[in-house]
Amino acid sequence: MVQQTEAIAPDTSHEVPAEVVKSLRDHGALPQWRLMWRQFRRHRLALIGLIVLVPIYFVAIFAGFFAPSSADTAHTSLPYAPPQRIHVDAEHGMFVYGYSSTRNQETFEQTFTVDKSKIVDIGWFVRGDEYSILGPIKSSIHLIGPTTAGEPFFLVGADQSGRDLLSRLIHGARVSLSIGLVGVFASFVLGMLIGGISGYLGGTVDNIIQRIIEFIMSVPTLPLWMALSAALPGSWGPLTRYFAITVILSLIGWTGLARDVRGRFLSLREEDFVTAARLDGVGRTGIIFGHMVPSFASHIIASVSMAVPRMILGETSLSFLGLGLQPPAVSWGVLLEGAQNVRAVATAPWLLTPGLAVVVVVLAMNFVGDGLRDAADPYK
Amino acid sequence: MLRFVARRLVWMGITLAAISFVTFVVIKLPPGDYTTTVIANAEARGQDIPDSQIAELKRHYGLDKPFIVQYLTWIKGVVLHGDLGQSFAWNQSVASLIGNRVLLSMVLSIASLLFVWAIAFPIGIYSALRQYSGGDYLASFLGFIGMAVPEFMLALVMMYIGFRYFGQSVGGLFSPEYADAAWNLGKLLDLLSHLWIPIVVVGVAGTAGLIRITRANLLDELHKPYVATARAKGLPEWKLLLKYPVRMSLSPFFSTVGWLLPGLISGETIVSVVMSLPTSGPLLLGAVKSQDMYLVGSFVLILSTLTVIGTMLSDLALAWWDPRIRTRFQKG
Repeated sequence: MVQQTEAIAPDTSHEVPAEVVKSLRDHGALPQWRLMWRQFRRHRLALIGLIVLVPIYFVAIFAGFFAPSSADTAHTSLPYAPPQRIHVDAEHGMFVYGYSSTRNQETFEQTFTVDKSKIVDIGWFVRGDEYSILGPIKSSIHLIGPTTAGEPFFLVGADQSGRDLLSRLIHGARVSLSIGLVGVFASFVLGMLIGGISGYLGGTVDNIIQRIIEFIMSVPTLPLWMALSAALPGSWGPLTRYFAITVILSLIGWTGLARDVRGRFLSLREEDFVTAARLDGVGRTGIIFGHMVPSFASHIIASVSMAVPRMILGETSLSFLGLGLQPPAVSWGVLLEGAQNVRAVATAPWLLTPGLAVVVVVLAMNFVGDGLRDAADPYK
Repeated sequence: MLRFVARRLVWMGITLAAISFVTFVVIKLPPGDYTTTVIANAEARGQDIPDSQIAELKRHYGLDKPFIVQYLTWIKGVVLHGDLGQSFAWNQSVASLIGNRVLLSMVLSIASLLFVWAIAFPIGIYSALRQYSGGDYLASFLGFIGMAVPEFMLALVMMYIGFRYFGQSVGGLFSPEYADAAWNLGKLLDLLSHLWIPIVVVGVAGTAGLIRITRANLLDELHKPYVATARAKGLPEWKLLLKYPVRMSLSPFFSTVGWLLPGLISGETIVSVVMSLPTSGPLLLGAVKSQDMYLVGSFVLILSTLTVIGTMLSDLALAWWDPRIRTRFQKG
């Protein structure tokens, strides 16, 4: 009798173990982006990269507020003024020392010394140059700056015209950081379209497109970029030039993405679910956008994220050579143009800080891209 | 193998034709034509160029003909007579201006390529064999930095360090005392002592990329069954590694030339500008700034042509090294 009740009782020994249930619940039921985020979080460097990038982009968006002054405010009497240190004491609160400059009578070189008798009071949320927040709204409140507007305040030094390098750095971030995104968007459209056609149609079309891509990849980029930017009319305004440079950068940048998309299309074309969709009578566009694109979108995002830093480096190099954006436009490359000869750098090493900014941003972006690539396939 | 070579040669011919066409389009992009610039220049100097001379120039370059005819005339001159056109800024034929400079650019690029190989492969192999060791992390870290630092920044920092702490100018290719001297051993040594800095600077980004590729390739190979088989049969570890997986992972030694070389030439161009080396970079920059389009176009044409030839040579070397590439072509 005892044996019979045992047979009727549910067979607990074959029940699915708790950890498998948990894993199924975790991986089977979560949307793709949650899975990607989980995988991404495990990539320590990628997470650090993201933590670095988000505040930088935030500062760039609200550049007017975070920069102590506008990009063009100049103290003509203080070219190449060295960085100031912030001091705090009970009497003055927060302040920096002013400069006194002497000119060497033989070399006409200007040297600056910290003048402890001149005290520039600084504070949080001070009024200064007017700027516009996101279009029409105007404001003149700056996060930090001299309490009397117009006093010299150079946390990372001044450039050859006595303009605050920190302010220019923050304003320049707008162009430098956005040109990568805009350029990648253009590359993305081109790459998706051409790579998609190549991979979906296959055959002769594919062959021709692949040869064209190989051709573009075999040309040294910088000389070609230089040649193309030489063809830009000098009369164009900063905004037109910005878009022209973006187009030039993305004309060459789309190739890698197109190859990626093509590869995905080729491998997906033979998948059972695509065949099933076709047999089910789904049209060509329906198959491509309803079934194929969603299944490789994450890979494309990863691949796109790797292209952004390359665009930023491209713009910086071109502007450094004086071929990209032109002053009065401000980008990190334009700022570095001032550091072109070693003598300027020797007098004012802080002119290289925009370069440091480029390195930090590109490094962080490479880490994030690396993490995204690993995360793109969460089932692995 | 012969068929492979023939196919590559035909493909190279087509690529070169395409490059020359793109170059010509670039030359023609700015509004106006060559005679417009000549007239503008003459007027700036207060001279007047007779119409007959302009007509003569127009006929010489076929500027009165349709675009495609102009292109054919230009390319015929390039191929048959080595006539790349006139540089208006220098008032000389382009060919006489760029000969030495292109040669030096190639020397610098190839030297950088050798540097990249010499550094990247040992480090890449070490990183793969000792995966997740301290050395591997260090190599990965330096690799990421190397990819993130623009070449010109590195050149500037090197020059700044040289200027500030060693009191010497790092730019140029010769010390002042050798600049005008005839070639001798001293001058050669002097050249080498100046050349290594640009070589290192240009090579850093490529080295970083190649270390990652070598490491990834070798890691793929290390866990394949044939390695386990060889190990099970008692082959000494180092012999096993060198004979099979390392050899397999050395393919990028050749196959990467295709993307490495264009990058090196780009890097060389900008580094030369910063360090004022007498290579194609500074002259190209000057030409671009003054819209000296025939000079610009010639640089693009020659640098691209040399890159394509270099890539083809590396493809042939790869086929010689890796039997799998050959057989793939024999079947297809």
